Amino acid sequence: MTTSATSIGIVTPQRAHFDTPLALKSGGVLPAYDLVYETYGTLNATASNAVLVCHALSGSHHVAGVYADDPKSVGWWDNLVGPGRPLDTNKFFVIGVNNLGGCYGSTGPKSINPASGKPWGADFPFVTVEDWVDSHVRLADRLGIQRFAAVLGGSLGGMQALDWTLRYADRVRHGMVIAAAPKLSAENIAFNEVARQAILRDPDFHGGNYYEHGVVPVSGLRLARMLGHITYLSDDAMAEKFGRRLRHGEHKFHFGVDFEIESYLHYQGDKFAGFFDANTYLLTTKALDYFDPAYDYDGNLQEAMARAKAKFFIASFTTDWRFSPGRSRELLFALMHNGLDVTYAELDSAAGHDSFLLDDEHYHAALRAYFSNIEV
Amino acid sequence: MVNLTQDSRFDFDIITRWITPGERVLDLGCGDGDLLAHLIAERNVKGYGIERDVNHVVACIKAGINVLQIDLEQGLAGFEDAQFDHVIMSLSLQAVHNTDGILSEMLRVGREAVVSFPNFGYWRHRVSIAEGHMPVSDILPFEWYNTPNVRFFTMADFELLCEKRNISILQRVAFDEDREITTDPNNYASVAIYRLGRA
Repeated sequence: MTTSATSIGIVTPQRAHFDTPLALKSGGVLPAYDLVYETYGTLNATASNAVLVCHALSGSHHVAGVYADDPKSVGWWDNLVGPGRPLDTNKFFVIGVNNLGGCYGSTGPKSINPASGKPWGADFPFVTVEDWVDSHVRLADRLGIQRFAAVLGGSLGGMQALDWTLRYADRVRHGMVIAAAPKLSAENIAFNEVARQAILRDPDFHGGNYYEHGVVPVSGLRLARMLGHITYLSDDAMAEKFGRRLRHGEHKFHFGVDFEIESYLHYQGDKFAGFFDANTYLLTTKALDYFDPAYDYDGNLQEAMARAKAKFFIASFTTDWRFSPGRSRELLFALMHNGLDVTYAELDSAAGHDSFLLDDEHYHAALRAYFSNIEV
Repeated sequence: MVNLTQDSRFDFDIITRWITPGERVLDLGCGDGDLLAHLIAERNVKGYGIERDVNHVVACIKAGINVLQIDLEQGLAGFEDAQFDHVIMSLSLQAVHNTDGILSEMLRVGREAVVSFPNFGYWRHRVSIAEGHMPVSDILPFEWYNTPNVRFFTMADFELLCEKRNISILQRVAFDEDREITTDPNNYASVAIYRLGRA
């Protein structure tokens, strides 16, 4: 199957404005906000075919298709979503939404704070997975969707899907949690903290109000992204992709780029720092750290999952060490404890955490099979 | 593991008889989910299957079976004691290295266990060995060099292990093709099915 044969084609983002204040888990309140989203396919008469795709740290509402003015702007999960693709837009109405605190159009730190007339910057309230899901619910209400056929996501997106099944158990039929974890480990938090410190200590950060100074903490953001990228790949994937290959064919005895892996990380860091917002990075990594549905249940994940009613699709990848298969198994055993329907695919992949974005044959076959069984 | 076509899965009928309606069932090495689909249809069980082969996993998902892609060599870590009424292993026991371990895990996680396996003591296999060759038959379709089977044992061997491990044999049915064998099954039966409990 070729990419063009089943691409959704040209897509256009939409914007929804919400005037009802949103009370946040941190105690803060967003008085009003915008959510930017995209939809693919057609909502059926009973609104029973809607699927929400939640994005991860650096993702956005642009899940599939391309923008008319930029043929390179392919959506981040385009290989999954489209006519004839595993998440088939001939059958499903698919929604992607940029989370609050983001930097792709939904209200976030670089938006104007109506109270000050200046960008929110450091004053933007902390947002959590639960806050995002609450905002998704309002968007669903706006679009006339009472109950999603499925809510899915990878990594941090999977955490949102999981939260949907817990706090809005009657509003989601299938929870699809991919390459995720029921909470971050100390090691996960440690990596996030180093990334945050890189940004916070950048002299151009200006306490989060860098917009007013006309600068961006590029150096910190680059470092954060480079560190992140190491955790998204696997030792195997790096060995295969770069090995010890040299950029200049010889050891240069300098602190510039010697090895291809260095070049790759610099490239990824530069690219990211060129468009992503540092405050969004900080807020999003904190949302990851805080996510822990068992927190209010004395750490008992089984009890925390008792609220769920959905059927679950859980998937993990063998070389993912950021959220290893063991983390997904914790979740599936807690779900099974509650007698819930669970399917679990533990997929062989060399690509580490990033595997969830790739179109591995078996992975997509599993997703295709699961989606084909969802009644609409 | 072994090769039985759908219409010759006479072991399904025996296993079904031993399952009461609405039970919680775990099927180890569930393949394409045929047995679970059968038990869901006939006994309305709450069933989960464990399977390591991704193609089987995809087939189970297509069939709407709750399948967990786990390698049984890891045991059943993560499953709770007595989480299931029956833990079933249909024609896969001979393909697991840690026979001892998996049996004890089955009886930890299940109130009872059901296992079926090809009987290597079957007379045709004995003839084959006597003639100097490892047996290849309908139920053991593989050559010695490509078989996924790793443990070769007879009904008598299995029953000795049960005795050593304090495993109660609650029921036993043995077959040659689809014919039930009651006399000297260790010699005349090609497949045996056991219902096991903790002694």
